[in-house]
Amino acid sequence: MSTTTPTRPVLDIRSLRTVFPGPSGPLPIVNDVSLSVRSGEMLAVVGESGSGKSMTFMSALGLIEKPGKVESGQVLVDGVDLVPLSRRELRAHWGASISMIFQDPLSGLNPVFTVGDQLMEVLRAHRTLSRAAARKEAIELLERVQIPDPHRRLKDFPHQFSGGMRQRVLTAMAIAHRPKVLIADEPTTALDVTVQAQVLDLIDALRRDFGMAVVLITHDLGLVARHADRMSVMYAGRVVEEGTVPEVFASPRHPYTRSLLQSIPRLDTPVDADLMTIRGQPPLPGTVREGCAFESRCYLGRGRVDCLRIQPVLRNVGEGAHLSACHFHDSLQDNALSA
Amino acid sequence: MNMRPATSPPLLKVTNLVKTFGSDSGLLDKGTSVRAVDGISFTIRQGETLGLVGETGSGKSTLGRLVLNLIEPTSGRIEFDGRDITGIKGADARNLRGAMQMVFQDPYGSLDPRMTVNRLVSEPLVIRGYGKDEIAARLESTLLQVGIDPRMGKRYPHEFSGGQRQRIGIARALVLSPKLLVLDEPVSALDVSIQAQILNLLRDIQRRTGISYLFIAHDLAVVRHISDRVAVMYLGRMVELSSSAGLYRAPRHPYTKALLSAIPTPDPGLEKTRYRIPLHGEIGSAASMPSGCSFHPRCFRARHAARQSGVETEAWRDERLPSVCIRQTPELDGGDTEGAAACHFADLADSFDERTTEKTDTSSPTLHAIA
Repeated sequence: MSTTTPTRPVLDIRSLRTVFPGPSGPLPIVNDVSLSVRSGEMLAVVGESGSGKSMTFMSALGLIEKPGKVESGQVLVDGVDLVPLSRRELRAHWGASISMIFQDPLSGLNPVFTVGDQLMEVLRAHRTLSRAAARKEAIELLERVQIPDPHRRLKDFPHQFSGGMRQRVLTAMAIAHRPKVLIADEPTTALDVTVQAQVLDLIDALRRDFGMAVVLITHDLGLVARHADRMSVMYAGRVVEEGTVPEVFASPRHPYTRSLLQSIPRLDTPVDADLMTIRGQPPLPGTVREGCAFESRCYLGRGRVDCLRIQPVLRNVGEGAHLSACHFHDSLQDNALSA
Repeated sequence: MNMRPATSPPLLKVTNLVKTFGSDSGLLDKGTSVRAVDGISFTIRQGETLGLVGETGSGKSTLGRLVLNLIEPTSGRIEFDGRDITGIKGADARNLRGAMQMVFQDPYGSLDPRMTVNRLVSEPLVIRGYGKDEIAARLESTLLQVGIDPRMGKRYPHEFSGGQRQRIGIARALVLSPKLLVLDEPVSALDVSIQAQILNLLRDIQRRTGISYLFIAHDLAVVRHISDRVAVMYLGRMVELSSSAGLYRAPRHPYTKALLSAIPTPDPGLEKTRYRIPLHGEIGSAASMPSGCSFHPRCFRARHAARQSGVETEAWRDERLPSVCIRQTPELDGGDTEGAAACHFADLADSFDERTTEKTDTSSPTLHAIA
């Protein structure tokens, strides 16, 4: 899985900051986020609602609507910074070098055109192709995403497809131009679990075959464990922990990650024990003033002066690139999770 | 979660329940009826949680609504607390509502935004004509029970977070001290950390009050965590009924097995070695129900069974399947007892050969890794 040779990351987000206007000044929704992913690698970005995980990538692709705006930072795709580009300039990159698929597979398709028309439109957006050539490629794409009987299905409308099939069609559109980076934002949350497995296997295969870099935005830690190489955990607009998947699961170095891992019901643990809970609620986006955003919910740092006053810096805490933004990450070192 | 003696009389007994939507075939009309619930029987004892899992279109939500008498069954029988309540109406039905309540998935949509928490939670008491003092007392104790500070009672739903709103929804359902709660996807809209709070709360309430739950959800790990027994539904039928522990240790129906293997476990080491059973195609719809066992178009075991000697087979599309799977609907082999499965080949040992193996590097392709 993670045997890719170290190369320059194809997607390199540096100190990204996105703000929305608030009653007393701009609210940072994405706050100093840096993330990178290499060819053939899958990075999972994990967090709860309002953690900024989707907003980070909406910002990266230039999809933030006014009054929100990207205030600072860089989004390098294969070395090209997307942040200063105009919408027109961005269009040349969307689909061609970076693509995104979203949670709801129905809203991504136009109900009044056939699936074939929509696929062919995507294919012809960046290249000059005859209708016949586009049709041939559309069929190949549908085959690639394992849609049975693609010749016939080309003439069908989106409502004639099941949820899983629609997500495959959208995946086909997203990979039509072999982008270097695919952002998948909760691509299977709306799907049944058996279908979910099929769609993610497909994304995994595309990553292997084309060397695509994949970012999987999800709240499902099971999917992370199954598919991803590295993971970033976001909380209140910031990355609070980052590392390889085996390392973060085996010894999480941020109390939020640790609590999250222990609060999910699992198939392979005894049923009798109560689940660990995290007290309270996540903060509303952009409302954290000073100190650590997790302080009031943290079993480790609640009420501690450092946590109340000082914003913890994301720093290297282990071998390789295991990062944590916790003042007390040291005390998490030796008591690994008893699974 | 305590194991009660199986001899205690069931609080709820459902027998052969059928619900058909749409028109039956008529003289000119070929009929477009959908059997959303197709002959379901089960019981729930006092203090017990029965979990109901299934994918889209399995009929699990319809079943919940039938139990609550919110929709009328086409046929079958529902007994509650020793009484036949099938299709009751009027005052009887209203009285029943006090003893059986529902908690919905969407804590945003199920609470009237113009009512304060106090009004929302006390409304069922007001409708039933309780006195002022009784209402005040019950309101306070119920709010405390679900972990809502009674001083917040004058606030409106929008002032609460999703998790707190679900607590309010639970309070509203509990205020009449029902014996049975039907919970339809009560935590699927909530964030992981909040989900755990609600699940623990539900277990805590059950320990203290002895209430019974019918817990409906698509997330098998969540259902297993809260349930004593779990029923797995597929296209309107119950295909397996088992104790929570047994279902995961030794699933018997091929659909249950495939479902379990499709669920990712938050354990990267385990995920590398786990074998995943590939299913053919996607879930069908109840509107175009396959003949015989409705799982046969997707079933790996039927294909394996067809290769056994002495099994009569016939052509199905471009392969051969056992005739019995195509022609006969299997019944739950143990009735209402634990460990029952509705499969003609429930006890045939599965074998996954190279051709159907996704991860060929797994030397021991078993599901036991997750038991």
